[in-house]
Amino acid sequence: MKILVPIKRVIDTEVRVKVRSDGRGVITDGMNWVVNPFDEIAVEESLRIKEKQGGDAGSEVVVVSVGPKDAAQQIRSALAMGADRGVLVEGADEDLDAGAVAQVLAKVVEREKPDLVVMGKQAPDGDANQVGQMLAELLGWPMATFASKVELQGAPASAARVTREVDGGLETIEVDLPAVITADLRLNEPRYASLPGIMKAKKKKIDEAKMADFGVQAKSRQKLLAMAAPPKRKAGAKVADVDDLLNKLRNEAKVI
Amino acid sequence: MGHVLLIAEQDGGKLRNATLNGLTFAREVAAKEGPASEVHVLVMGKGVSAAVEALRTHAVAKVLVADDPALEHYLGVPYAQVAAAAAKRAGASVVCASATAVGKDLLPRVAARLAAPMASDVVGVLATGRQYRRPMYAGNVLADIELEGEVVCVTVRTVAFAAAAPAEGGAGAGGPVENVPVELDAVAKRMRYVSFAATGGDRPELTEARIVVSGGRGMKSRENFTQYIEPLADAFGAAVGASRAAVDSGYAPNDWQVGQTGKVVAPELYIAVAISGAIQHLAGMSGSKVIVAVNKDPEAPIFQVADYGLVADAFKAVPELTEKVKAYRASQH
Ligand SMILES: Cc1cc2nc3c(=O)[nH]c(=O)nc-3n(C[C@H](O)[C@H](O)[C@H](O)COP(=O)(O)OP(=O)(O)OC[C@H]3O[C@@H](n4cnc5c(N)ncnc54)[C@H](O)[C@@H]3O)c2cc1C
Ligand SMILES: Nc1ncnc2c1ncn2[C@@H]1O[C@H](COP(=O)(O)O)[C@@H](O)[C@H]1O
Repeated sequence: MKILVPIKRVIDTEVRVKVRSDGRGVITDGMNWVVNPFDEIAVEESLRIKEKQGGDAGSEVVVVSVGPKDAAQQIRSALAMGADRGVLVEGADEDLDAGAVAQVLAKVVEREKPDLVVMGKQAPDGDANQVGQMLAELLGWPMATFASKVELQGAPASAARVTREVDGGLETIEVDLPAVITADLRLNEPRYASLPGIMKAKKKKIDEAKMADFGVQAKSRQKLLAMAAPPKRKAGAKVADVDDLLNKLRNEAKVI
Repeated sequence: MGHVLLIAEQDGGKLRNATLNGLTFAREVAAKEGPASEVHVLVMGKGVSAAVEALRTHAVAKVLVADDPALEHYLGVPYAQVAAAAAKRAGASVVCASATAVGKDLLPRVAARLAAPMASDVVGVLATGRQYRRPMYAGNVLADIELEGEVVCVTVRTVAFAAAAPAEGGAGAGGPVENVPVELDAVAKRMRYVSFAATGGDRPELTEARIVVSGGRGMKSRENFTQYIEPLADAFGAAVGASRAAVDSGYAPNDWQVGQTGKVVAPELYIAVAISGAIQHLAGMSGSKVIVAVNKDPEAPIFQVADYGLVADAFKAVPELTEKVKAYRASQH
């Protein structure tokens, strides 16, 4: 089983980002970059699938990122978790909207020919939640988004049964392979990279490519006009006790 | 400029309310696209006549219907194929849907089929029908963006747009109903519906409720959630929400998660019990009109956004609050 995992580097999700004074982006100086937490879950799931399916010769987990050269660090983090190999397609973030990323990834899929693509449902920077669905459509593959459980069917695996987090409950669907699966938060708990894992990752290969190598000329069609911080809510007051709270909800806020 | 196509959502043949928030967005966009731009609504499914009738009480130029056994359950591939074909036939230049679980799954696939750029979770329409405001970075940033393309796709954050009201004339106010062809290729057969496990319950829907009571990790168990949070919600006639930590720990079903990656709510009153107030949680509820926080830690970040903060042990304060709310509501009747 060969699995491709697209990953994106994002600003540490614990940090409250700030808008630049010119309103043309967010402040990135001195920020800590991490692998998108959803993508870590996707890497973990791929490793588990590979471990469970056992290894035939072509069995591997390949991580791919489209972005600046520095994204090699996040690819390295995924390799330290246990992924086998990396691909970095260089591109400037401002040229990449979800459609452009999906186009590049579709070319990488054509070259790598994986049996399965597992990726995050959403990158918590642009919060688009688009690339997986777009990639599946460009490839003409079925998709199972927002996955909280994945079970492969058949030996060798020919389909996946996926439980999805949707409005009103949990839905289960079946998709034939090859397919795109996007991970929700509860799919698994990603492992930490071990020290030997980190050492080994240093020797694993990261192929570098340019978009032009794939014949893609990516251009974002989502133009940024301006960015601003949302209006701030002002903190209210502490109430003394339950009676005080009810009194204020009734007579001051008038919501009950 | 072309028409605006809104993709409706139905559940067991019944129109989902979220569609009506999308309709308000669609009208705003059509008004900005130009006088010739009409709002068309597409309903897909099997046995959808009730949803079609519900839509026809609204002023819409056309209701497009794809009623077919192959569309009985929502599945991304067949729905995207039908929707993209309908968008082309309708001459739509803006294709939109509410940002529900279905809308989020479907629209990017439709966008790719139409080679269209897409904006997610739009909260406002700016100067033109192609310029939108949308949150990024868990709502820490509001971005104004413009989509460049002949056809563009949008999902709409429901709490940012009021639900459209029916037209004066009532039933039949909408324009003609037109069937659209359901032509599916082989890819559509490569995904199948298996089953659905409903969260159940007859409380108001989280995204539509006037009051929401949410519990966090501090509730410590599923039993406590049932014993403390749910009765408080019922005393208020409220919907129940939860933090991600509470859902991850199995105290509450996934469907209740509020936040960046869960549901976005904006009720008149949001009560957060034993929730610390992480940015990802705030992303889903900071649009609420009045926020109450109950937390035993006076330094919890949730107090920075709460209008009324009660520093207390939830296990003591919640039962007292529940009883007093019940008594108050009984006295009002
Ligand atoms: C990519 C990403 C996406 C995320 N998406 C979401 C999302 O959509 N929604 C979401 O909610 N989170 C989300 N999170 C998680 C978020 O960062 C926090 O971890 C989570 O919101 C914390 O939940 P909590 O407040 O219940 O738990 P904690 O932070 O552990 O807080 C528990 C609180 O309970 C209080 N408490 C404990 N006992 C009592 C008591 N007896 N009485 C009163 N108070 C008590 C404590 O003082 C504390 O403040 C996301 C995280 C990431 C990285
Ligand atoms: N630049 C990128 N390179 C590789 N994968 C990406 C990139 N951008 C997004 N993705 C993948 O697409 C998923 C959804 O991202 P988005 O649609 O941007 O919210 C992410 O979780 C990643 O798996």
